[in-house]
Amino acid sequence: MAKPTEVEVGEQKAPVIRPGHTFASLTEKIGGIVLKRPIMGGWIFGMFICFVILQWFLLAVCWLFYKGVGVWGVNIPVGWGFAIVNFVWWIGIGHAGTLISAILLLLRQQWRNSINRFAEAMTLFAVACAGMFPIFHLGRPWLFYWLFPYPNTMTYWPNFRSPLVWDVFAVTTYLTISLVFWFVGLIPDLASMRDQTSNKALKFVFGAMAMGWRNSVRHWNRYETAYLLLGGLATPLVLSVHTVVSFDFSVGIVPGWHTTIFPPYFVAGAIYSGFAMVLVLAIPIRKFYGIEDLITMRHIENSAMVMLATGWIVCYGYAFEAFMNWYGGDPYESFLRWNRLHGPYAWSYYTLLFTNLVVPQVLWFKTVRTNPLLLFFVSLDVLVGMWLERFVIVIVSLSRDFLNSSFGQYYPTQWDWAIFIGTLGFFSACMFLFLRLLPAVSISELKTLLPEAEVKVAHAEEVHDL
Amino acid sequence: MKDTGTYGLMAEFDEVNAAIVAAQNAYGAGYRKMDAYAPFPVEELSEAVGFQKNGVALVCLVGGLLGCTGAFILQWWINTISYPVNIGGRPLNSWPSFIIVTFEMTILFSGLSAVFGMLALNGLPMPYHPVFNVPQFDRASKDRFFLVIFSSDKNFDALRTRQFLESLNPISVAEVPS
Repeated sequence: MAKPTEVEVGEQKAPVIRPGHTFASLTEKIGGIVLKRPIMGGWIFGMFICFVILQWFLLAVCWLFYKGVGVWGVNIPVGWGFAIVNFVWWIGIGHAGTLISAILLLLRQQWRNSINRFAEAMTLFAVACAGMFPIFHLGRPWLFYWLFPYPNTMTYWPNFRSPLVWDVFAVTTYLTISLVFWFVGLIPDLASMRDQTSNKALKFVFGAMAMGWRNSVRHWNRYETAYLLLGGLATPLVLSVHTVVSFDFSVGIVPGWHTTIFPPYFVAGAIYSGFAMVLVLAIPIRKFYGIEDLITMRHIENSAMVMLATGWIVCYGYAFEAFMNWYGGDPYESFLRWNRLHGPYAWSYYTLLFTNLVVPQVLWFKTVRTNPLLLFFVSLDVLVGMWLERFVIVIVSLSRDFLNSSFGQYYPTQWDWAIFIGTLGFFSACMFLFLRLLPAVSISELKTLLPEAEVKVAHAEEVHDL
Repeated sequence: MKDTGTYGLMAEFDEVNAAIVAAQNAYGAGYRKMDAYAPFPVEELSEAVGFQKNGVALVCLVGGLLGCTGAFILQWWINTISYPVNIGGRPLNSWPSFIIVTFEMTILFSGLSAVFGMLALNGLPMPYHPVFNVPQFDRASKDRFFLVIFSSDKNFDALRTRQFLESLNPISVAEVPS
């Protein structure tokens, strides 16, 4: 049950919810964002820009499907261009949402209750963006279902020894579990929206989505078990997903890929970029929607600290990569090191070190961690840095592998950029819609944090014994 | 004594502890067929109405085991029987490379079993339920707690149960039409 003492810790830490809220005020405040708040000019402006980018994305995808992957800059030796860079980047961003909703749930970090809903939505949209790229990258994307084991007239099966098939299973499982986790969390809040609105059409829509949820304590009991089980299942899942993504690389023999540090280093990098995205979203959302009393400085500062910690794990990864290049004594690995530092893509490696390692060190200072504006820019910087990390891993390694005769350069075309920026538009448009259509903060979970929710009476069996 | 037109009697409380005490008293008074409603999970309240264990974890376990064994057997069957490919004499049943898909399917099946098992055991989706006929029940998802004693309970009596509920200091007692 609730630990109101933690809510009331006020001296050193900012409170999880600013004091003064009641069950009713929380319900009305969060529900009111969807039900009562008029559509603002800022929302229309933001949605319009995202929608334009989305149309650009649609155009680029149509052109890609019409002409084939030749519209991109990919060619031998760099066969994995922006598509795989973006895939790894997006799926990494998704990881923070699951970390917040599942791992912090198991660790009883109650501050998660105000940010888990939109972080899970972020996961869902980010994984949707990520999932598109491998499909775009297929020569014949309409045959994507060949990746699944189904009985077919060609009488053959996917190769279960290939990391690419593992990836299909990992990502589809991740998308499915993220979706049900998010939806299960929404059910009681959808019921709450149904009960709050007097609009018949909305009542019907929310009612249908809530499936007749009536807040029965028996239902809550099973619901809590299911939610906890999902948290327990999503925790190893989220760690496995980026591990499997890293297997796409580390099972290969390309210099810079064939290393055992990849799984933990990829997972840490994923959480690093994911928390950066959480902050990039949370800082404007809490400001523009006036929910600074629900998403408090405590959340902002905790996220900054997670970023700092995972940033150092990533730093350790870089250091050990460099060490093993030298210590391993493999001439191709040594060349990779030289190539990263002095080759044609050296700019990307230096920018990566600057954005991912140097700039985030400002997070050691509490003044930065508690300054939303500065933190917003540091988070953007980390997002750029983590994108460059994947760029360095994919492009630099592939462009110069073993034979000088097969060296080559990769130049992204406008369609590479259009599809990358297009997914940013898709992601932001989904977030804009989500904020308007669904409660962006979990109503029922926040209620358990209020002092009112504290249970003071004895357990049933003790009373029955009296 | 059965009252055919009534689904039950509903008492409304504005405080979680009052609702728990009321439910414990109702249980103590011999009522068994009852339910309580709260805007957030209250473990003590579900215990008070006599609900202790739920089967969700078992459903989840069964689903997980099915996913796990199913995925492994599928990969084993594909690689050794249906579509064996000899690559340099390496073993056909190369089980370490099947572990990842087996793991992912275990998670997928147990997760979906937990969710759909929870919904099925809760009897959801349920398009209609009598408790929604009481106007103040809208606040069950907001800030009120409700205790309903069903007319199917063997101790239910329209008058005496109402008097009993009124003795528990509720905000209101209402009849739930069926």
